[in-house]
Parts: sequence; structure tokens; C-alpha cells
Amino acid sequence: MTALKMLASIAAALVLQTTLARFLVRGSIGVDLVLVVVVYLSLRSGPTVGIVSGTVAGLAQDALTTGVVGIGGLGKTIVGYLAGTVGTVFIVAQPLPRFLVFFVGTIIEMTAITGFHALLDPGPHLVPVGAIVAQAFGNSLVGIVLFQLADALPRIAERSRTGRD
Amino acid sequence: MALPDIRQRSGYLFLIVAVGHIILISAQVNSRSGVPLLEALVFGAFAEVQRATAAVVGSARDTWDGYIALHTVHEDNLALAQRVSDLEVRLQRARALAGESENLRRLLALRDRSQMPTRSAEIIGTSATADFRTVTIDRGSSDGVRADMAVVSPSGAVGRVVMPSRHAAKVQLLVDRSASVAVMVERSRAQGIAMGSGENLLRLEYVSTSADIVKGDTVVTSGIDGIFPPGFVVGKIEEIERSGGTFRAIRVRPAVDFSGLEQVLVVLAPPTVVGPQVPAGGAERRE
Repeated sequence: MTALKMLASIAAALVLQTTLARFLVRGSIGVDLVLVVVVYLSLRSGPTVGIVSGTVAGLAQDALTTGVVGIGGLGKTIVGYLAGTVGTVFIVAQPLPRFLVFFVGTIIEMTAITGFHALLDPGPHLVPVGAIVAQAFGNSLVGIVLFQLADALPRIAERSRTGRD
Repeated sequence: MALPDIRQRSGYLFLIVAVGHIILISAQVNSRSGVPLLEALVFGAFAEVQRATAAVVGSARDTWDGYIALHTVHEDNLALAQRVSDLEVRLQRARALAGESENLRRLLALRDRSQMPTRSAEIIGTSATADFRTVTIDRGSSDGVRADMAVVSPSGAVGRVVMPSRHAAKVQLLVDRSASVAVMVERSRAQGIAMGSGENLLRLEYVSTSADIVKGDTVVTSGIDGIFPPGFVVGKIEEIERSGGTFRAIRVRPAVDFSGLEQVLVVLAPPTVVGPQVPAGGAERRE
């Protein structure tokens, strides 16, 4: 993994998130494509890439919002670090383990962000458990698809090259 | 472009990045007091460091001052004790001067008010026995003081001169057991003779059975004894005992605190006698 690829992936996720993600939302089901990319990169390349990608992606995402810059960055950094560590310690090559990593990663990120907001703004806060779980499902599904596509793309490219030959 | 080779130390990197995020977040958020959270956190942490440092320094200084640097305390203590003693003496002297000044001021006011020829005098001695209540003043015949001259104070009648010498005189106080003074009740003008008892009370004698006297009446000199000018306060009626229609005993509390006398006035000119002589012959000298 090169830094350029990492930055390109994050930028692409941001563009898609800000332009197309709203079409993926149905009711309370949301998808955070940036988080999906961060977890993907972390599982592929380890905790360091997870930290860096989580920081860059989170800060960039924060910068595009009106909230406090750093909260999303910290949340994604945590998730990137944990996902990268899991990817190096365990074999996460099957859809189900990947699904779990995406799912738990989303839960952790949204819980962390909700907690930070609660810390900074004391008072009654409604924890959107349903939205968190829904987004965790959405992210996990997109993440599995992303992995499948990423795994399939080299094979497809190989076949088309073989067919031309 | 390759990523930096810090993978082995991803935990440290995570901590560094997380702290960086927290600092970044804190810099944007205000605390409840309106101060930026980062500033509040830094100041709070720094204040704790300062507090801890001050506590350590304070303890060290207390230990030094309280246990080690005590070699000069004894000398300091002696010097301070000496200074306290000197100041106490000065204070007492100042108080005495203030009291003396006040007494003199009142005496001067009395002299101006009475419009009589008087001579101020200071009490320089008291009697040798308790039964006979006399004092010695620092004015004598050389100052124009003669026997049977009245002695007064701002509080009222004090006594009479009984034995003048050249530069001093003995004054018989009203409470002396052989002293007497012609008086009258200020309210009803009832007349009588106030006689000393050797105690701090006077007996009022020779009072008419029909006299209007009640407890609390003020008794003043009547002037008919030819010694005391009229109108000087002698005391107040404190107790009245009746037996049938007559007075058994009338006791008068003197107006003057004889134990606190310091300065007095000697009335140099005797009053003009306007009435009959008092039965006891004025102030009788028995010493």
C-alpha cells in the first residue's frame, strides 16, 4: 500500500460519500463510505495504515462538516488502529469475519463519536442505537462488496487479458 | 511514496495521533466558563503542577523555618519580650496621661463654670487608716489654701480642707466618719445634714418629718454651712427607712468616686452664709 493509493482511495470515498451516498440511504439506513474505506485499508495493510488513513479520512470528513474538527478523525483513527490490529493478528479473509470487523468497527466509531459529543456538551443525549446498528449493517454489506470487487478485479483483468491473447 | 516504517510502533503512533486529536478538539471547544477547553485543560494541569510545587516548597520552607533555622529564635524572643515590656510601659503611661488630661479638662470646665476663685490641686496621698477618710493635696497655705475651704471636683463635692501646711493640705472627704455637710434635696428643697459614716454611704440627718424625699432624689450642697458653695452635687438618695411618721435612716450614695480622685479644685472664697447655722456646726473636725 502506498500513501498515494491510500489518499486516492480516501478521496474517492469522500467524493462518493458526498455525492452518491444519499441515494443509498433508505429511511434510517445510512452508509459511511469513508469508514468502509478506512476499515478496508486497515484490514489490507495493518494498524499503521489504519491509523494514518483513519486520521486523514476523519479529519477530511470533519473539515467538510460544521462540527468540531477532530471528533470524526479520532473515531476513525481508533477504528483504523483496531481493524488493522485485528487484520494482523487474525485471519480475516472470509466474508463473515470481514462482515464482523466492519460491523463492530462501525459500532465503535459511532459510539465513540456519540461519547465525545456527550463529553463536550453535557446534558441529556439520545443514543441512536437503531441508526448505529443500521449503519453497521449498511457499512458491513458495502464493505463485503468492496472486498469481493477488489478480490475479483485482478481475476477479471487476467481473464480479459487471456481472452485477447 | 512508501509509508514510513513505523508499523512496529503502531501503538505509540496511535497514542500520539489520539492525543493530537484530543488537543485539536480541545482547541475548538469552550469549557463551561467560556474559556477554550484546551486552555482550561492546560491551565488546570499547570495549576496542579504549580500547586504541588508550591506545596513541596512550602513544606520545605516550613521545615527549614520551624526546625532548622531556629538558632536565632531565642535571641529574637528575648528581644521581642523586652520590646513588649517597653511598649506596655509606654501604653500604661499614655493611658495615664490621657486620663489625667481628661480629668484636667473637666476640672478646668468646672472652674470656668463655677465662677469662683479656685485653686487646682493634685492628690498626692491618702489617709493612713480606713476609718478616717482623708487625702493629701499638693497645695498648701503658700497657695492660699486655708482650713475649712471646700474641695470640689467635676462630679460634685469632695470634702474640706482640715489641715493645711505650707505646700500641702489634708482634705477630709465627705465619707469620713466625722465629716458633715449641709445639703438639700434638689427636687423638694428639703434640707438636712449629710454625715460621713466611714463607709461609702452618707447618712442624711436632721431632716424634717414632713420633708418630701423619695428614693433617687439628688442631694446637693445648700451652702448654709459656710464651707461649701451651694449647688454642688453630693449624691443620690439610695435608701429611706421610716418608722411611723419619722425618718429612721436616709442613706445617700456619694456622687464622687473617692477612690478614683486625682485632681480637685479648692474653693478659695467661702460662700456667703444666707441661712441659719447648721445644727452640727458645719463640718466638724475630729481628727
